[in-house]
Amino acid sequence: MGVLRRMLARPSGAIGFAFVLLHLAAAVLSPWLVPYEATAIDAALMFAPPDAAHWLGTDQLGRDILTRTMLGGREALLVTLIATPLAVGWGALVGIHLGLAGGRLDDVLMRVVDAVLALPWILKMLVIIVTFGAGVTVLVPTLAFFYGVPVIRVARAATLGVVARDFISAARARGHRPGAIVRRELLPNVLDALMVEGAMRWSWMLLAFSSLSFLGFGVAPPTPDWGLMIADSRSFMAIAPWAAMAPVLALSTLIIGINFVADALAKAVGLDRALNAPH
Amino acid sequence: MLRLVLNRLLLGLVTVALASAIIFGAVEALPGDACVAVLQRDAVGQRLANCRHDLGLDRPALTRYLGWAAGAVQGDLGVSAGSGRPIAALLGERLRNTLLLAGLTLAVGVPLALLLGVLGGLRRDGALDIVLSTGGILAMTIPEFVSATVLIFVFSIWLGWVPGIVVAAPGAPLADFFPGIVLPVAVLTMVMTAHILRTIRSSVIEVMASDFVRMAVLKGVPYARIVWRHALPSALLPAINVIALTIAWLLGGVVVVEKVFNYPGLGRFMIDSITERDLPVVQALALLVASVYVGVNLAADLLTLLLDPRLRTHRAGG
Repeated sequence: MGVLRRMLARPSGAIGFAFVLLHLAAAVLSPWLVPYEATAIDAALMFAPPDAAHWLGTDQLGRDILTRTMLGGREALLVTLIATPLAVGWGALVGIHLGLAGGRLDDVLMRVVDAVLALPWILKMLVIIVTFGAGVTVLVPTLAFFYGVPVIRVARAATLGVVARDFISAARARGHRPGAIVRRELLPNVLDALMVEGAMRWSWMLLAFSSLSFLGFGVAPPTPDWGLMIADSRSFMAIAPWAAMAPVLALSTLIIGINFVADALAKAVGLDRALNAPH
Repeated sequence: MLRLVLNRLLLGLVTVALASAIIFGAVEALPGDACVAVLQRDAVGQRLANCRHDLGLDRPALTRYLGWAAGAVQGDLGVSAGSGRPIAALLGERLRNTLLLAGLTLAVGVPLALLLGVLGGLRRDGALDIVLSTGGILAMTIPEFVSATVLIFVFSIWLGWVPGIVVAAPGAPLADFFPGIVLPVAVLTMVMTAHILRTIRSSVIEVMASDFVRMAVLKGVPYARIVWRHALPSALLPAINVIALTIAWLLGGVVVVEKVFNYPGLGRFMIDSITERDLPVVQALALLVASVYVGVNLAADLLTLLLDPRLRTHRAGG
């Protein structure tokens, strides 16, 4: 695992890994660790500041903020951890295929890819969510589909870059079959770009997921979710700033962690991060 | 060159047309329509049929799309299914507000990003560069509603310097948006500056290490002249494409920021029109945003071609 060691050698890579692992562990273990019931309302304890009983205070319904913050990333992580490999998988399959096949199909599909990318993300996502709701079963395929479209471009470009190189011609000249060339020569070389792409897609998906929750189109109350918690507590920030700050810190550390990992990964495999702005 | 421009222009038009067809098809394929959304529980029997007839929803989808497209080409975007007002007027107000927000952000962010990016790139791995690179990742990755929440807490609630919300109707005079617009501009500037700065930094580093700059150094050209005359013209080229992407992003509805600050721009208009299933408005918005996206990217590509010093030498030499 040379790549992993090189990633951890950078301070930002090590910090990123620590953040991500901590969040994953919290997401898995928190149901057994949390001190209170996430939805337990205590009318006598509205906006209690942090103290010994409630380490991070309570929110407008007297619910324990530590509990809700610990549990608030579970749905986001679940959805994005399933949707990211799906997005990278289908985008890569189509992109590699188009890069190899070229021709009319490539021309037509790349126009469609451009057209989908030209539409704002919120318009695309909301058209689906407004109709089918924002359950896990809707969000996973929707995110996987829309976040796979830009992967097509990346995989296609990476494929075109590799196909032109000498070792592919050499493999052809040796008489290898196309399937073997793709598996043994092409994939290992495209894989670096796809891994970096996957890490970045993951962070963008989390951003989209929590933005949707924040806007009121994602996780439904009273399920604890960071985006939703920040939206709820914003109106009370003057009297209970702690209610907003806990989910703000949780979400930020996770997204920063993923980006540090993506950055370290890109540098470790010798690709600098793609410069595209998120769509 | 002219053929290239025409070719790209045509492809751009195809992309815009496809994007509008995709959004029409998607909204069309999903259950429910504007009448169901407007009438809600009354959406049964004769009332539903009348409403559909009034809005022309009883005609076949293809006829409606072609009719809409023919109108749109002539500048007629139809009327909003929700409010009955002409869409061009509704869109115009929001577009003006979005342009104000985007314009201020660009005016602050682009010069800032150019300056910081060049400084960081010239002093690679210096203290400033490390601060900028780390800060850049933070600004780029932290969700806008998170940074907005923190800024509101610090500057609006704690220090009380600027309001944390914009209180202005979509059609209000531009003066009404001040000083509430300061924080939204700050949030957007942070994100945008980080993206542009990153590109400029790496391209300055790349150009300063290139053969022609090293050649100039060996010839004994003064450092300032190397930076200004030799390095920067090439180093700033990649910034054009990133700036184009951020312009598309700013005009494509910065939904979350508009929602946080209650800013009446295109982003909130987008959310409202979709939740109300106001298909004519969704269509118009999709057309506008896709055109902007394709337009600025095309402009950036052509500008890059035009300004590239390498192409200039090539033309002069041959």
